[in-house]
Amino acid sequence: MDKFTTLTAVAAPLNMANVDTDKIIPARFLKTIKRTGLGVHLFDSLRYNADGSEKPEFTLNQPKYRHAEILVAGENFGCGSSREHAPWALLDFGIRCVIAPSFADIFHGNCFKNGILPIALPQEICEQLMADAALGANARITVDLEAQLITRPDGSKIPFEVDGFRKHCLLNGLDDIGLTLEHETAITAFETRRNVQESWLPAITGV
Amino acid sequence: MSRTLFDKIWDAHVVDRMEDGTCVLYIDRHLVHEVTSPQAFEGLRLAGRGVRRIDATIAVADHNVPTEDRKNGIAEPESRLQVDTLVKNVADFHIPYFPVTDARQGIVHVIGPEQGISLPGMTIVCGDSHTSTHGAMGSLAFGIGTSEVEHVLATQTLLQKPAKNMLIQVNGTLSPGCTAKDIILAIIGKIGTAGGNGHVIEYAGEAIRALNMAGRMTICNMSIEAGARAGLIAPDETTFAYIKGRPYAPKGEAFEQAVAYWRTLPSDAGAQYDKTVVLDAAEIIPQVSWGTSPEAIIPINANVPDPASEPDEARRAQLQRMLDYMGLTAGQKLAGTKVDVVFIGSCTNSRIEDLRAAAAVAEGRHVAPGVRALVVPGSGLIKAQAEQEGLSKIFLDAGFEWREAGCSMCLGMNPDKLTPGQRCASTSNRNFEGRQGPGGRTHLLSPAMAAAAAVTGTLTDVRELV
Repeated sequence: MDKFTTLTAVAAPLNMANVDTDKIIPARFLKTIKRTGLGVHLFDSLRYNADGSEKPEFTLNQPKYRHAEILVAGENFGCGSSREHAPWALLDFGIRCVIAPSFADIFHGNCFKNGILPIALPQEICEQLMADAALGANARITVDLEAQLITRPDGSKIPFEVDGFRKHCLLNGLDDIGLTLEHETAITAFETRRNVQESWLPAITGV
Repeated sequence: MSRTLFDKIWDAHVVDRMEDGTCVLYIDRHLVHEVTSPQAFEGLRLAGRGVRRIDATIAVADHNVPTEDRKNGIAEPESRLQVDTLVKNVADFHIPYFPVTDARQGIVHVIGPEQGISLPGMTIVCGDSHTSTHGAMGSLAFGIGTSEVEHVLATQTLLQKPAKNMLIQVNGTLSPGCTAKDIILAIIGKIGTAGGNGHVIEYAGEAIRALNMAGRMTICNMSIEAGARAGLIAPDETTFAYIKGRPYAPKGEAFEQAVAYWRTLPSDAGAQYDKTVVLDAAEIIPQVSWGTSPEAIIPINANVPDPASEPDEARRAQLQRMLDYMGLTAGQKLAGTKVDVVFIGSCTNSRIEDLRAAAAVAEGRHVAPGVRALVVPGSGLIKAQAEQEGLSKIFLDAGFEWREAGCSMCLGMNPDKLTPGQRCASTSNRNFEGRQGPGGRTHLLSPAMAAAAAVTGTLTDVRELV
């Protein structure tokens, strides 16, 4: 996973609430066995006409947002399925940070596993950032994860909250599995204890 | 201190706790399907890691499988590759697997309980948001992303912080023609798709206790549509009777020991919840979704909303967008709206009880002209049972298509899809734009209501037919 430290980039506005995972990446594109290459299908139904041509009005199709790395969206972003293809598609397009009033839980967790920083901020602050994003390519936003500060194009700063452990992993690009395996002794002890206390717990064997 | 059912299961699975409260949580059961696992196995290979507990893992292909004749395998190359990749991965890592041709194959959230693999008090995960279904057993079951699938395969644990507790109390008794699906749709209509965010919902009350296991699974299944991480129902005599004798459930003395433990799980009197919602089951009438979010729910006898009466501009635009996509007019009646397709199936409603409810409406009637109606059982075993009970004959005589088990038209990863503009009465769980196929229009409802739509050709109050 790539580290996330500080990002200064163009922010694209997507002023919709409840953007679901089927909108982010429809199920028909989940047949891949890779993590990469999904960016072209990001927001497929919003972004393309039935004949495959682009919808020019959609935010990411506008020249000023084609290289956006931040997305400012409405509440409950990422609701629906657990598909990690949603953050994979965002990442493959180039989005490293999503700012919204709220996120669906599984999507929120999946972002952190892929070097994407989801930031939840109150509705009125998101509206200010949405207005900043509407200014286009000359209005860049800076996200400083270490300091937990967003710097708006006018130089004013907005603090944000982030889970301490997830911040640590993002800042250092850490592999969760490696960290968990440091608890190997505790995991083995847990398994041993349960084998005794809950000996009724069946194993799945002989399938 | 008084604890909730969620607190008890959580506490029993904490392996280690870090300073900031993040826990290493032990996972008892890991269900694996073909869509969200290939990249996880690839990750294991790249890191030279193995699967820690193959005896706690079970795999099945469900999303991509054809529901018509399977003799010739899977025609669509990408779907075939994904299923073939799962077959290779389970072979390489020695993971128990129900092949596509096995009678035990089916939707992962149907076969877990059916096989006695999902049991009370367990932590259960799967790379699929509808893992919440297994909460009906009284287990903490939730969907995870592919990175977490890899994490569980490698460590049998997850790094998690505890969710908040939410109680949804459904008092009273359901009236005839109303079902578990109507309860959960009414709940989502009330609390919204973000109403449960950050919470695990425990469903309680007389109406929940009265449900059979299939109904409880329907309720817990759609907890994710309410934004909750998981849904839970305390195990009781109904649960124990359901589990007893299932292939992978404990047997004999082990079963008695298990039941003794399971009886300690229900929430203590005085347990505290962060949020409580109360509903009266008697007030619930058959529910139907009208828009492209599972919270866009109304009773079948109501009119769809008029955006003009919505004061908030963003909300008004959203309502209008949903109406436009669904091809509906502001304020129109939903009943009487013509449907093109009826889908009875999915991890929400494909169990034998669901099929019986639909067959009871279909019996002696016929699918309306111009309507295509599919019945897709949740597993090969349910299909066989339905055939034995004569349900398949009722459906076939009535003009329904009778299919093999799988996820099918719930999300259209296999050939079962809507075409643009088609309107579908569906027993599935999501009505998002394009969910059942690009441009497709989904109305979520119960199996009985779906059968009513099939035989009348329109969205219909099933209570008029029974």
